Amino acid sequence: MGSLKIENVKKSFGPVDVLKGIDLDVKDGEFVVFVGPSGCGKSTLLRIIAGLEDATSGNVLIDDARVTNAPPSKRGIAMVFQTYALYPHLTVRDNMALGLKQAGTPTAEIDKRIAASSAMLSLEPYLKRRPAELSGGQRQRVAIGRALVREPKLFLFDEPLSNLDAALRVNTRLEIAQLHNRLKATMVYVTHDQVEAMTLADRIVVLNAGRIEQVGAPMELYNKPANLFVAGFIGSPKMNFIEGARLGETVKTVGVRPEHISVSQTEGAWKGTVVHAEHLGADTNVFLETEKAGLITIRLFGEYQTGPGATLYATPEPARTYRFGEDGKVLG
Amino acid sequence: MSKAASSLPRTIGAHAVLLTYTAIALFPVTVIVVNSFKSRNAIFRSPLSLPTSETFDLIGYTTVMAQGDFFLYFQNSLIVTVASLFFVLLFGAMAAFALSEYRFKGNTMMGLYLALGIMIPIRLGTVAILQLMVASGLVNTLTALILVYTAQGLPLAVFILSEFMKQVSDDLKNAGRIDGLSEYRIFFRLVLPLVRPAMATVAVFTMIPIWNDLWFPLILAPSEATKTVTLGAQVFIGQFVTNWNAVLAALSLAILPVLILYFFFSRQLIRGITSGAVK
Repeated sequence: MGSLKIENVKKSFGPVDVLKGIDLDVKDGEFVVFVGPSGCGKSTLLRIIAGLEDATSGNVLIDDARVTNAPPSKRGIAMVFQTYALYPHLTVRDNMALGLKQAGTPTAEIDKRIAASSAMLSLEPYLKRRPAELSGGQRQRVAIGRALVREPKLFLFDEPLSNLDAALRVNTRLEIAQLHNRLKATMVYVTHDQVEAMTLADRIVVLNAGRIEQVGAPMELYNKPANLFVAGFIGSPKMNFIEGARLGETVKTVGVRPEHISVSQTEGAWKGTVVHAEHLGADTNVFLETEKAGLITIRLFGEYQTGPGATLYATPEPARTYRFGEDGKVLG
Repeated sequence: MSKAASSLPRTIGAHAVLLTYTAIALFPVTVIVVNSFKSRNAIFRSPLSLPTSETFDLIGYTTVMAQGDFFLYFQNSLIVTVASLFFVLLFGAMAAFALSEYRFKGNTMMGLYLALGIMIPIRLGTVAILQLMVASGLVNTLTALILVYTAQGLPLAVFILSEFMKQVSDDLKNAGRIDGLSEYRIFFRLVLPLVRPAMATVAVFTMIPIWNDLWFPLILAPSEATKTVTLGAQVFIGQFVTNWNAVLAALSLAILPVLILYFFFSRQLIRGITSGAVK
C-alpha cells in the first residue's frame, strides 16, 4: 500500500522553530503513533505529511515518490480529524462520496466502495442522515468511513478520539485497531494520550519540543527508555525520579516505575509515611513521603489497605531501576 | 431560574422599557403611513387621528402613480440596492476569507486598512468621486451608484465577516482540501453556508442606508431615467408648496420593499446578532 519517508523536515512559524529536523521511515502496513505533550510539533508534522502545511525545508516521500510540493488531494492520503470535520450540508453518503467524485471515480465504483466501508463500520442505517443527526461516536465513524472509501496509501489520524467520552473512546480505539488488522494499511496517528499510543502502535515516535526523542515499539519504550523525557512520558503513573546524590549514587538521576517498587510494613530500603492512597480496585496507588528518596508513587496490584499517616517501607527492584546522566540520557 | 431574574416587577419593568422604545421607534413610521391615507386638510387639522370615512383619501397614492414615473424609480432603487448588496457580500466575504484563512505578510495591516472605511464617511470624498465619475462617463448611470455603494458597504462587511470566518473550523476546510476541493469550492460550498447568519446581518446593515440615501443619487444620477425612490419623492417637496399627500404616499410605498427584504433576512439576522454573545 504505502510507505512514508520524512527527510530532515524543519518548520518555523516566523522566529519560532516548531520542528527542528525530523527524520523518519515508516514501513508499508505499519501503524505509527506520534505522541508528545501539547506544543511538541506532532500535529504540525502530520499536517506537513498531509500537505496542509508547507515544510520550511526537508522532504516528504510517500511510496518513494517526492510529494513535498503536491497538493493534499494528490498525495494518496486520507485524514481523520479530531473535530470530525464532516460537511454539515451533506448526507453521510455524500460526505463519503465527495472526495471520489472530485477525483472523477465512476459512480458504480463509488457505490461499491461506500457499500463496503459502511458495512465495515456498521454505518448502513445512517447513510441518508446529515451529520447533525448523528451522535459523536457515529460522526467519528463517518469520518473514518470517508477516509476508508478513498483507499489511500496512507491514513492520517489527528487525535481522532479526543472529542469522545471515555467509554466511546475505548470502543473506537478497538475499532481502529481492528481496522488496521483487516486493511494492513499504513497509518500515522497523532495523540497526546500515551495509553492510545501504547495500545495501538506498532511503533511509537515520542516527540518533544520539535525533536524526536525516541522511536520504538511500545514495550521497547517502556523497558528501555533512551532518556529522562521518554521515561517520564511513557507509563502511568509517571516514573519516580530521585536525585542520585540522595541515594549516595554518582549518577544525576535515578528512576524507578511505581509498579516496580514493593512495599512492606516491617522492612525495606526506604522508610516513609503514606501521604495519600488512591484505591482503584484493580490497583492501589500509594503516595509515600520517604526520608531517603522524597515523595514517591507506588503502584500496587489489587487492593491494599493503607491510609494517610501509616508507616511503610518501600524497596525498588534493582533490575528495573534506571540511571540517567547529566544530559538526561540513560546510562548502562 | 433564580427568583430575582423572574420576579414580576422586573418583568413588567423590562417590558415597559422595551414597549416605550418600540412606541418611540414606530411613531414616525406610523404617522407617515396613517397620514398617507388622509385628505390634505385632515393631515393638517389632526395629524395624529386615524382616517375616518370623511377624511379617508387616496389622493396621495393616485398623484404618485400619475405624476412622475414611480415604477421606474422603484425599479432603479431595487436594482441599485440589490446589485450593491450582492457585490458587497461577495467581495466582502472573499476579502474576509482571505484575511482569516491565509497567512501572509501584512495580513493584520491589510485588515485594518480595509476596516478604515468604517470610521471615515465616504461622503467626504464626494467631490473626488464626482470628478472620477465625470471623467469615466458614468454620471447619470446606475453603475455609478452601485460602485459607490459597494465601496461604502465593504469596510463593515469585511470587518464583521472576517470575525465570523475565523470561527469556521480549520479541520473542515482541511478536510475539503484533502478531498480535492478547490479554494473557491471550499469558500462557496463549505464556508459561506456556515456564516449565513453573519451575511444576513451585514446584508441588513448595508441595505438600509443604500435604500434611504438621497445624497449620491442627487449628485451622481439625478436624471429622470436614473432617479431612485428617495430622490423621486423630492419632486413633491417644493420651495413654497409641498404636496404632503404625495410625499407621504411615496414614503409609505418606499418602506415596503425594505420591509419585505427584512422579513426575508430577519430570522438569520437574529441568529447573527446573538451568536457571538450567547453561544
